Amino acid sequence: MNISWYIVLSALLFTIGAIGILVRRSPMVILLCLELMLNAGNLALVAFSREVGNAQGQVFALVVMVVAACEVVVGLGLIVAIFRRKLPLDVDDLRSLRG
Amino acid sequence: MSATAWGWLVLLFPLAGSILIALSFRKTSWRTAGIIGTAAIGLAFVCGILALIKLLGEDPSSRHHASSLWEYASVASLHIELGIYVDPLSVFMVLVVTGVSTLIHLYSFGYMQSDQGYHRFFSYLNFFVFSMLLLVLAGNFVLLIVGWAFVGFASYALISFWYRRTTATRAGLKAFVINVVGDIGLTLAAFLIFQQLHTFNYTEVFAKAPETFHTNSWTVTAICLLLLVGAFAKSAQLPFHTWLPDAMEGPTPVSSLIHAATMVTAGVYLIARTHVLFVLAPTAADIAAFVGLATLLVAASIALVMTDLKRAIAYSTMSQIGYMIVGVSIGAYSAGMFHLMTHAFFKALLFMAAGSIISAMANEQNIDKMSGFGKAMKFTSVTMLCGALALAAFPFTSGFFSKDEILAYASARGGMYLIFTILGYFGALLTAIYTFRLIFRVLRGDPCAEAQHLIDTGHVVHAHEPTNPKTGEVEDTDVGFPGADHHIAEQSPPMKVAMGILAFLALFAGFIQVPGVDKAVTNFLNPVFADSPLASIEPSTTASWVGLLIGGLISVAGIGIAYYLYVASPETPRRLQERFSAMHTFLYNKWYFDEAIDILIVRPALAIGRFANNVFERFVIDDAITGGTEEVVGKAGQVVRGFQNGIVRTYGLFLIAGAVGLALYFLIQQS
Amino acid sequence: MEGVIFFIAAIGAVVGAIGVVAARNPFYSVLALIAHLFSLAVLFLLLTSAFVAAAQVVVYAGAVMVLYVFVVAYVGDAAEAKWDPVPGQRLFAGLLAFFLFVEISAAILSSGLKALSTHGPSVPAGFGDPAAIGNLLLEKFLVPFEASSLLLLIAAVGAIVLANRKPREAQSGSIGGRPVSTAGNGSDSGDAATSAGHSAPEARPAGVAASPPPQTSPLGAPK
Repeated sequence: MNISWYIVLSALLFTIGAIGILVRRSPMVILLCLELMLNAGNLALVAFSREVGNAQGQVFALVVMVVAACEVVVGLGLIVAIFRRKLPLDVDDLRSLRG
Repeated sequence: MSATAWGWLVLLFPLAGSILIALSFRKTSWRTAGIIGTAAIGLAFVCGILALIKLLGEDPSSRHHASSLWEYASVASLHIELGIYVDPLSVFMVLVVTGVSTLIHLYSFGYMQSDQGYHRFFSYLNFFVFSMLLLVLAGNFVLLIVGWAFVGFASYALISFWYRRTTATRAGLKAFVINVVGDIGLTLAAFLIFQQLHTFNYTEVFAKAPETFHTNSWTVTAICLLLLVGAFAKSAQLPFHTWLPDAMEGPTPVSSLIHAATMVTAGVYLIARTHVLFVLAPTAADIAAFVGLATLLVAASIALVMTDLKRAIAYSTMSQIGYMIVGVSIGAYSAGMFHLMTHAFFKALLFMAAGSIISAMANEQNIDKMSGFGKAMKFTSVTMLCGALALAAFPFTSGFFSKDEILAYASARGGMYLIFTILGYFGALLTAIYTFRLIFRVLRGDPCAEAQHLIDTGHVVHAHEPTNPKTGEVEDTDVGFPGADHHIAEQSPPMKVAMGILAFLALFAGFIQVPGVDKAVTNFLNPVFADSPLASIEPSTTASWVGLLIGGLISVAGIGIAYYLYVASPETPRRLQERFSAMHTFLYNKWYFDEAIDILIVRPALAIGRFANNVFERFVIDDAITGGTEEVVGKAGQVVRGFQNGIVRTYGLFLIAGAVGLALYFLIQQS
Repeated sequence: MEGVIFFIAAIGAVVGAIGVVAARNPFYSVLALIAHLFSLAVLFLLLTSAFVAAAQVVVYAGAVMVLYVFVVAYVGDAAEAKWDPVPGQRLFAGLLAFFLFVEISAAILSSGLKALSTHGPSVPAGFGDPAAIGNLLLEKFLVPFEASSLLLLIAAVGAIVLANRKPREAQSGSIGGRPVSTAGNGSDSGDAATSAGHSAPEARPAGVAASPPPQTSPLGAPK
């Protein structure tokens, strides 16, 4: 399987994640879909790293993982805080950015 | 000191006087203000004399000096400097202006004595003299325009001096607006000159003009016509003359200085100064001469029936300036300037005398109500008679020599210009008639009530309530209205001195230029006009004396006709009026010029203004342009607002849509 | 052999992804994601990135997912409402995502990178080993390494701040008049009051609380 398969797979996973973000309304699931997209990115990075023959892409993927972890932490903290205040856990209801 | 240094001092003194009086008006008494004002102009006159002496000490061909204080603008090929030009013509004008102004300041010292705005008056008057001198001494067209505009402002300020009188403010506005029309002409002419010759400086312009322009080419004709627009508006020639009679709303010294001796002669000076251009555009010069001739006759005809004393003298001014314009347009430069000088003397004198009489009449100006002042005010009537004789060109008065010199020149030039001679003599006849009409009606006969009061009590009559002489509205004597007292020459030494000097000059100043005997003015002004081919045309001494003889006869005849009409058989005027009532009404209404201007210019302008306000402003600008733009922007804003619904998923959708679009773009780019 | 493993792992990943998106219950989404992550680890192994695969399993599937499980357990697994306030969102989302996929694939497949159609260059034996990665991290990428550890610290602090519940009931009086308390969705003035004194992250939900009242009508019951 040449590298392009991996990349196309990564693109597919990315779009599935994108659809998930746009369609689902629960913040939990949106965060999960975000993870999907990040992982798709990771896959692409590692694939390219293999294509180039250089391990730098893998290091990049590791850092992405770190960042994803941090973001998950903060995002889940937000969700917990929203839940604690008994607000609806629904992104469509949280719209004070309305212009 | 050099002539130009004296020239700068001439400019400095009146300006300094004006500012000094203005700034110190609370602290100085009226006497101080009057002395400062008169002294300032007097000093300017002395400097003018010194400049004259300096010039006379030089070789005639080198009697022109330009001096510049600093360069005002220097951009690309545009160089404008604050520069004056001292040559015989400007020194001549300086002497006339400062000389007559000093005497008028002296007169005002007494005449305006009880006026609450005394300081303001002298400040404005000094400023006016400064502006006039600036105009005359300017060395380039830009400074000329500056002086021109200042003079217009000073005239406005002084006409509306009694600013709480609506008639006065309206007259001031009228004068200013018509002056602005002239300013536009003058400015456009200056622009054209710059465009063609790339300089504003007099010496350069007059040197380059003959090389650059062909005779009667449309550019130089256009320049001259635009200059004429400016000259006619300032000098009250047809059709820009309607402001001058109304300008009589100002105090009498103002009428005497500005509207007789100095400002209205600025147009004559302009044409004389730019004679090089007029020589290159003979058509324009001829047009100027014909307009002057027309004004001469029209104004004289109106003066025949005018019943307001000052307005009648104003029309006389208009008529005499017509003579001057004819003079400088057909090439009789020094004759025209000579007439300017003598006219300044006798017209200023006539206004002063009229002021004295009007004071005695408690501000009443209608001659129908005046008579018999010859018995009541001897000094005034004698000086008035001197002035009238000079105006009517009675033999051997100053007006005699100056006016007839112009007409003699016209006949020497021959051809079409004989029209000027013939009609000029006809105008002289009319002049004599209307002048002595005034003299006989006002001075002769039984004293009217006011004159009788003066004879009996030695005091001037005071009206119970001061009223506006034109409309009869009741006024008071506070600031903005004429003062409570009325001063006549007999009781005011400064007025007497001024009028006396002018009377002397009016009678005897003509002897400096008697044909065949001496030609002081011509010789002095010769270096300025030597470059004009027309200046070399000179009537022979015999022809001049023949002209003088004819002129003298006409003058005497005119006086005789006036005597017949107003003394010998006083019912004749009334019968003539009844018989020719249509013509009388036409003349009385000033040939309906005011009405014509109202219909042709004022009403359309107002209509355009109303249209602009009601239709254009409201529908096009407010509704279509502003409102339309407003609506479009508002609707666009509403549409954009719709996108900001606050739901994060929508924003995400737009994000992805944007990414898709961008990726598509790059894909297409690549292939 | 490699192709078979690839396809199994790929199918597992795709199925897991679709499961995340489609599952009604958030808990099932989490489980699907865990499966997805394992498949991805296999794919990484196929790409000779041993360390990354291990990290993926240990860190991602092991720690991060466990965190998710805890939160889902705490928050509950309420299903979502059916009604969509944004008409056409689902349709356009699907369309656009599909276009995105097509474009990216087109870009990749028509790319000028020749190496994409190969298995990649031959790599030395220790490629992707922990030793190699460690070398890189500590030599070439020392600064990003330290920066990411700093980032972790910040995230930890942030999590603590977010989770902090200040027990100061005395604050409630001073912010009694705030619109926060008058929110029409059950008064939790205690919580709202205590959160008022907090820094921005706490205040944001409070501010957010102020907006829903105008939207109460369209949503009505399902609150």
